Amino acid sequence: MKRRNFVKNTLLGSMTAAIGTDIVFGSMMPNHYKPLALQEPDPFKLFNLDDSMVVLNSKPWNVEAKAHLLDDRITPNKFMFIRNNGIIPENIDVNKWTLTIDGESVKQKRTYSLEELKSKFKQYTYQLTLECGGNGRSEFDPPAKGNQWTIGAVSCANWTGVRLRDILADVGVKDDAVYIGYHSTDIHLSRDPNKEPISRGAPMPKVMQNETLIAFKMNGEDIPLSHGYPLRLVAGGWPASVSGKWVNRISVRNIIHDGAKMTGTAYRVPCNPVGPGEKVKDEDMCIIESMPVKSLITYPKSGAIIKEGNSLHIRGHAWAGELEVSKMKYSIDFGSTWNDCSIEKPINRLAWQHFKASIAFPKKGYYEVWARATDTKGKNQPMLLPGWNPKGYLNNACHRIAVKVS
Amino acid sequence: MKKLQGFKTWVKGRDDQMALFIILCGVLVVVLFYFKDNVSSFLFKDKDSKTEYTEISGENDYNRIENGIHVRTGLIDADGLTLVVNNCTYCHSAELVMQNRMDKESWIATIRWMQRTQNLRDLGEDEEIIVNYLVTNYPPIDKGRRAVLSNIEWYEFKE
Repeated sequence: MKRRNFVKNTLLGSMTAAIGTDIVFGSMMPNHYKPLALQEPDPFKLFNLDDSMVVLNSKPWNVEAKAHLLDDRITPNKFMFIRNNGIIPENIDVNKWTLTIDGESVKQKRTYSLEELKSKFKQYTYQLTLECGGNGRSEFDPPAKGNQWTIGAVSCANWTGVRLRDILADVGVKDDAVYIGYHSTDIHLSRDPNKEPISRGAPMPKVMQNETLIAFKMNGEDIPLSHGYPLRLVAGGWPASVSGKWVNRISVRNIIHDGAKMTGTAYRVPCNPVGPGEKVKDEDMCIIESMPVKSLITYPKSGAIIKEGNSLHIRGHAWAGELEVSKMKYSIDFGSTWNDCSIEKPINRLAWQHFKASIAFPKKGYYEVWARATDTKGKNQPMLLPGWNPKGYLNNACHRIAVKVS
Repeated sequence: MKKLQGFKTWVKGRDDQMALFIILCGVLVVVLFYFKDNVSSFLFKDKDSKTEYTEISGENDYNRIENGIHVRTGLIDADGLTLVVNNCTYCHSAELVMQNRMDKESWIATIRWMQRTQNLRDLGEDEEIIVNYLVTNYPPIDKGRRAVLSNIEWYEFKE
């Protein structure tokens, strides 16, 4: 009896911890009953993820893909990386969900219901590349603090919503506006209600782009809970942390937004290059804006053994933040020679581009296929790790797969 | 007369016993009332220490160690484990601890950051034990400027 009480007590305790609120009448809860939020503790079922996805962190949830899982031209939910800074909000009531536009630089504060947003403004759909600023962090030496993403913290889904610029035009923005900051309903890990897990944003030129959306659909359906249901700011080509999830407030600021994870070393890199492991003062760190040029070989999966004389067809995606990818090449001799891949134009601005090539191998043996994209300003992906920075952001080094010819 | 006196003493003694009993009951009520909010945590601690017992009996154990690993969190069983479990896995998972391999200086900087922004308490003397556990059991690994491909799963490729 006591033992059962204990089990129930600890279960309630962990339920309370997981939900973030006290469970009223917890003592009257039937033994077999679990609150809705906890009925599925398996993240793969909870978030409808493919079994091959990799969980880096279960609190907060951080999950990444592998290169070969990202082969689709439009990333489906089951292969989309999840990056959370806090705890996913509970008890979302879409009928009561509102978006408030406030801040020093609005002419007057304004609140919209979801229905209002959908009916008042024209809707647009764009395929947008979202890559975590820390994608590739695991390769930095000395190591950088945070989730050790390898290569799978990138996605390119279709996002449907209304343009943030249209909303701001309706509200009225003052001339001194420089930045917007988003606010969301996720819960700080310490459960301190006065703290926000993350509140980032973007400068006005990015905000005013056609592709910067307040989105309510992903791949034609309601945005999945793990990706910001019911409302998400989506700003393609920039660190995905700009694309705030579960957004209920946008502040138009007359200063660079100073919310959680806008300051210190968060999503910032040294303004001037530094040596590995060097200390950098906060004032010498600059906010990351556009993500750098990068690519992934998504087919075949690394480790392919092919018969001598057969050619290998490779394919993948390439992206370049605000820019486009102008050239795509591959090498099978560690960069001694490079050969062209064919590369498609993006379906819209800020969408990744698809490349392919057919490779002939000269003789039997071990090979690595390295892929290298070049952006429209002539910048290549480096073969080695790019400049070290304290938080391990912006690793756009070439992706490679192993191939054996037998 | 002596008999009566004896009876009186007996009765008086009864009264004293009764009074003592009533006082004790009163004290118990006060004590229970005072600790009523903590009763569950007393139970919790009590049961927690009992889990040592269930470990031996092979039952479901909250802090079971298997092959040198703390099963519930995946952390290595070594000096400081309990402090790390209690202080480092309340807000975030142990996975976040294990995947970060840092030196002493970086861990202390990380602890300061958590104290500044994440409501982590002042760890006092526990800090040294925790940092020692981390740098001893999860030391940084030299990766160089680009590591060789490892853990390749080879397979016969079919188009």
